[in-house]
Amino acid sequence: MGTPSVLWNVAKKCFTVGVISLTVSDLFASIVPVRGASMSPTFNPKTNSLLDSLSDDRVLVEKLCLRKYKFSHGDVIVFCSPDNHKEKHIKRIVGLPGDWVGTIYDVVHIPEGHCWVEGDNSASSLDSRSFGPAIVCRFLWVWLKEGSPIFCGLHIE
Amino acid sequence: MGEWSSFTAVVRGLCLLYVTNKYLGTVAITYGPSMLPTLNVTGSILLVERISTRTGKRRPGDVVIFRSPETPRKIVCKRLIGLEGDQITYVVDPQSGDRCETIVVPKGHVWVEGDYIYNTKDSRNFGALPYGLLEGRAFWTLLPRKDFGPLTPKPE
Repeated sequence: MGTPSVLWNVAKKCFTVGVISLTVSDLFASIVPVRGASMSPTFNPKTNSLLDSLSDDRVLVEKLCLRKYKFSHGDVIVFCSPDNHKEKHIKRIVGLPGDWVGTIYDVVHIPEGHCWVEGDNSASSLDSRSFGPAIVCRFLWVWLKEGSPIFCGLHIE
Repeated sequence: MGEWSSFTAVVRGLCLLYVTNKYLGTVAITYGPSMLPTLNVTGSILLVERISTRTGKRRPGDVVIFRSPETPRKIVCKRLIGLEGDQITYVVDPQSGDRCETIVVPKGHVWVEGDYIYNTKDSRNFGALPYGLLEGRAFWTLLPRKDFGPLTPKPE
């Protein structure tokens, strides 16, 4: 006799917690694991194929910057891949709109609304040198602090 | 105690409103001549749903809203003409002749055009739009009253 109302209360509480945590993680900050070595040695400095998912770095990403869409050189950002909107990449901003960026073959002008991203490990990184300037509007997050097992602060250059 | 519970109720209500706005559907106000005759110049209020964009079900002919690739803080409303892999033939500049160009929409992108091709900034200006910039599909017009009703898949 009391069980349906207990279940209903539990369901209501779970729903409320879910909605509030979704809002907080969308609007303020969330924690994201980093896969791959394209940002070595900043993230994942040791590539260990056996324990990959356990030793991945986790970063705290903040979303308050998305209100104004103002980024600076050196910011590390998480964004959706231009070729596949379901994949997310994490790279560093090297060029802002209006900048001129030099690649091996020529010099590229970054148009409005786009920016040039590159990984710290230029030997193995899929970035703007392959797919061109990335559209800035689909940036999801900007990292704030690095944390793995221990939280250690890192400066943004 | 009473104030705390009303505070949490307000927080819960706002979070629910935010989640509905971001994941289910929202209301959009549009203005400008680029979607004549479908939408009004001085302003239309549309109901927008976001569920089908997330699941990837987009069909050519839908009226969609998306984030402008040149100005990230602006939301733009146009009609979806082609999906990735489609071959699109378009008139480059309708005001100065009939020169046409044909392109194939690249992977992960879509092609959008306004219904009023003489005064619109769309994929013919800024190129194919990445799918990730789509925000939602407009399916119902609320205002003005004479346009109240569903938005048809093809321009009238």
